[in-house]
Amino acid sequence: MKFETAATVNPIDRMKVIGWPTERIDGPFKATGRASYAYEWHDVVPNQAYGYIVASAIAKGRINRLDVSRAKQAPGVIAVVTAENAGKLGKAQRNTATVLGGPEIEHYHQLIAVVVAETFEQARAAAGLVEVDYTREPGRFDLKAECDSATDPGKITGGKSDTTVGDFDRAYAAAPVTLDATYTTPDQSHMMMEPPSTIAAWDGGSLTVWTSHQMVDWARSDLATTFGMQKEKVRVVSPYVGGGFGAKLFLRADAVAAVLGARAAGRPVKVALPRPLSVNNTVHRPATIQRIRIGAEPGGKITAIAHESWSGDLPDGKADGAVHQTRLLYAGANRMTATRLATLNLPEGNAMRAPGEATGLMALEIAIDEMAEKLGLDPVEFRILNDTQIVPDSPSEASDDDPQAGAPTEGHESPERRFSQRHLVECLRLGAEKFGWNRRNPRPGQSREGDWLIGLGMAAAIRGNHMTKSAARVRLDRRGIVTVETDMTDIGTGSYTIIAQTAAEMMGVLLDKVVVRLGDSAFPVSAGSGGQWGANCSTSGVYAACVKLREAVAQKLGFNALDAVFEDGHVRSGGRSLPLVQAAGDGEIVAEDMVEFGGITEQYEQATFGAQFVEVAVDAYTGETRIRRMLSVCDCGRILNPTAARSQVIGGMTMGVGAALTEELAVDKRFGFFVNHDLAGYEVPVHADIPHQEVIFLGDGDPMSSPMKSKGVAELGICGVAAAVANAIYNATGVRVRDYPLTLDKLLPGLPAIS
Amino acid sequence: MARVSLQVNGQAHSVDLDTRTTLLDALREYLKLTGTKKGCDHGQCGACTVMIDGRRINSCLTLAVMNEGRRITTIEGLGTPEAMHPMQAAFVKHDGYQCGYCTPGQICSAVAMLDEVKAGVPSHVTADLLAAPDLTPAELRERMSGNICRCAAYSNIVDAITEVAGGTG
Repeated sequence: MKFETAATVNPIDRMKVIGWPTERIDGPFKATGRASYAYEWHDVVPNQAYGYIVASAIAKGRINRLDVSRAKQAPGVIAVVTAENAGKLGKAQRNTATVLGGPEIEHYHQLIAVVVAETFEQARAAAGLVEVDYTREPGRFDLKAECDSATDPGKITGGKSDTTVGDFDRAYAAAPVTLDATYTTPDQSHMMMEPPSTIAAWDGGSLTVWTSHQMVDWARSDLATTFGMQKEKVRVVSPYVGGGFGAKLFLRADAVAAVLGARAAGRPVKVALPRPLSVNNTVHRPATIQRIRIGAEPGGKITAIAHESWSGDLPDGKADGAVHQTRLLYAGANRMTATRLATLNLPEGNAMRAPGEATGLMALEIAIDEMAEKLGLDPVEFRILNDTQIVPDSPSEASDDDPQAGAPTEGHESPERRFSQRHLVECLRLGAEKFGWNRRNPRPGQSREGDWLIGLGMAAAIRGNHMTKSAARVRLDRRGIVTVETDMTDIGTGSYTIIAQTAAEMMGVLLDKVVVRLGDSAFPVSAGSGGQWGANCSTSGVYAACVKLREAVAQKLGFNALDAVFEDGHVRSGGRSLPLVQAAGDGEIVAEDMVEFGGITEQYEQATFGAQFVEVAVDAYTGETRIRRMLSVCDCGRILNPTAARSQVIGGMTMGVGAALTEELAVDKRFGFFVNHDLAGYEVPVHADIPHQEVIFLGDGDPMSSPMKSKGVAELGICGVAAAVANAIYNATGVRVRDYPLTLDKLLPGLPAIS
Repeated sequence: MARVSLQVNGQAHSVDLDTRTTLLDALREYLKLTGTKKGCDHGQCGACTVMIDGRRINSCLTLAVMNEGRRITTIEGLGTPEAMHPMQAAFVKHDGYQCGYCTPGQICSAVAMLDEVKAGVPSHVTADLLAAPDLTPAELRERMSGNICRCAAYSNIVDAITEVAGGTG
């Protein structure tokens, strides 16, 4: 199915199943411990051995000598694999550093050996016996120091690295009110709860991996490339994924080590990345330095806006796209954005929840708050004043995170390029009303309750709505059960449930008649989970397959497919009604299709919008910040399941609180690694940090987005949150911090005098 | 190597294992009770929480051989998909999870935590150490803070536990 023109009325619009706050169909399995994650498949292959990873203790340099003799002689050890005996490995395009290092070392904790033994304890103990002698080379680990040598990466996720519209310099120089401020965001870690884990089993020349991956087909391709195999010889199984947030988009050391270990041991091997290795071994959100300049008329109209960002990565890595949203969010005739990428020898930077917007809005939305104050305007009203329905800067291009997408579409750069839908103003107004924004004192440091300084802050949110092709297979069996098969993953997003809702709606059956099977490369290739495209695209693929199944069913029952109504387990047409199950009376009916996007989805800028509101209390004595209230108002198309969607948004809001207050990978600039590389040192929000959270969905369907009329939601939730917290802290204390996270040491010197 | 007798979910198991084996790995790798999760393997995340003689513990921080004869309850012992424990059902009802990986630990922790409150055990935020603690939202959140949920279902988990505790949910 090609989706190229706006959706008209279709069976999803009935919303008898779609749009309801259905409990997750996989919930009882998760809540009782019966859902099997990657490391837990005891029964799929017998005789599984345990692999334990040895990781580099230097960031850059060479291994002189890697002595595995003691490890090999240790009790229970079956095999030890290093670069010396691993054989030739390819490098997947999506990997920046080579997964298996040696003799060259590209980053700290790079995989250098895997020890396979009969038990986990034996493998771990033997791994400790591997002796490595390194020559450490000087590396570049300090982003600020490397800014001058940073170069133009040519592109960022979502478009060009640099853009200009009008004459920024001139307009900025002429603007009566200006802001020029620099903001910094630190390296951050995904810290999903399930460590990257894999069981690998060879059967002749065929390989099966049970792994934890967001994109089954990417894992399959990248394994095939790495091990020089045909893709068809690789099977990837990943039906439950214990969180990802971008960290499980790429082939990592657990999978490579398990596959190598299994080959060397001649039996299946399972490997989990130990938590203390997961930060420096895998990917992280890179730190940024961002300069923002805004010029405005005294009345508040923005006349000039510039956003420049510096980030770093390994050689041949990629830049954080922090400036991207500034091309889309606010009006203004004169604009420029620029991105520079420094070479750093820290571990690989890459996508983490809302890459680009998450960091960019951390800076931009403080800058807007600062500018509103300079203008004497309410921050909500200032944003509304500069809203635009026309894309103010160059359009988004196909994401380079998305190899399924075609080349960037040319010829849509007319000044009249519009958003498919944009209800940012409604989000801002509704949020202000519901949150009681009018109770905010615009003068900072004025509200106090006992020891606590109270402040309100807000920010706007925007996140792209990406479309990418997605396929599914649907079966109707003799019992009337509809089974959906697609390699889509459920990383906590609710894929099982919304896909079941989609199939139930399309086929006119109750949810208990639908079975959903996900996360297996034996199934049709889906959009996968990333870039908040999963829900909209994967359900659209299921929609397409169901359209095919409806046609087959109608034909079987002698109905005209065009006017057949599928409802209450029956198919009706022309005054006749027959049970759906009758169509499969003499055998299962199978249909498969893929949705592909084009035309209208490229002609319009597709994005989701939101408004974030936060109330904080800051301890007047210690500077400790507590979040008291949070509200997110979201404009993200039709909501397929309000419960699952709300959960996605509160998850994003919470990660935004972490970004604002605690999350920072501390860089050891001498030796080149992230020091706080576990869940004690890297502080993510816990129960005590998070109050009850409110989420409001505007809920309009967007017919330009897909036949589902839905959009992404999972990443919008984090966008703008950290800035809203920072703005609330400023409102509470009068201390403006432009260097994340806003830890109490940064507040203490500026806190109001305690009387 | 040692032979250990473990009482898990009302069943006796006799296992020969390496004395270095944690209770967590004994459950997951020897008894194949994989509902108990390994998130960090050193007591930082709470995903491996089980109950030993009714008290919650990070099973990665205790060796299997230290638990000879003790009564161990895991997530599998609380209920099944067809017959869930009230806390499991409340998590499903309130969407108190997303990826599901911290969920067994959250649920075991919540069940044991409510018993701690009933027993009058104070927490860091209990104002009066001698009075019976109320299960205020602050108490609940403090007591559950050893169980990290990176998907951040916290707001919903609090609703689920509150409902089971007899609050409004």
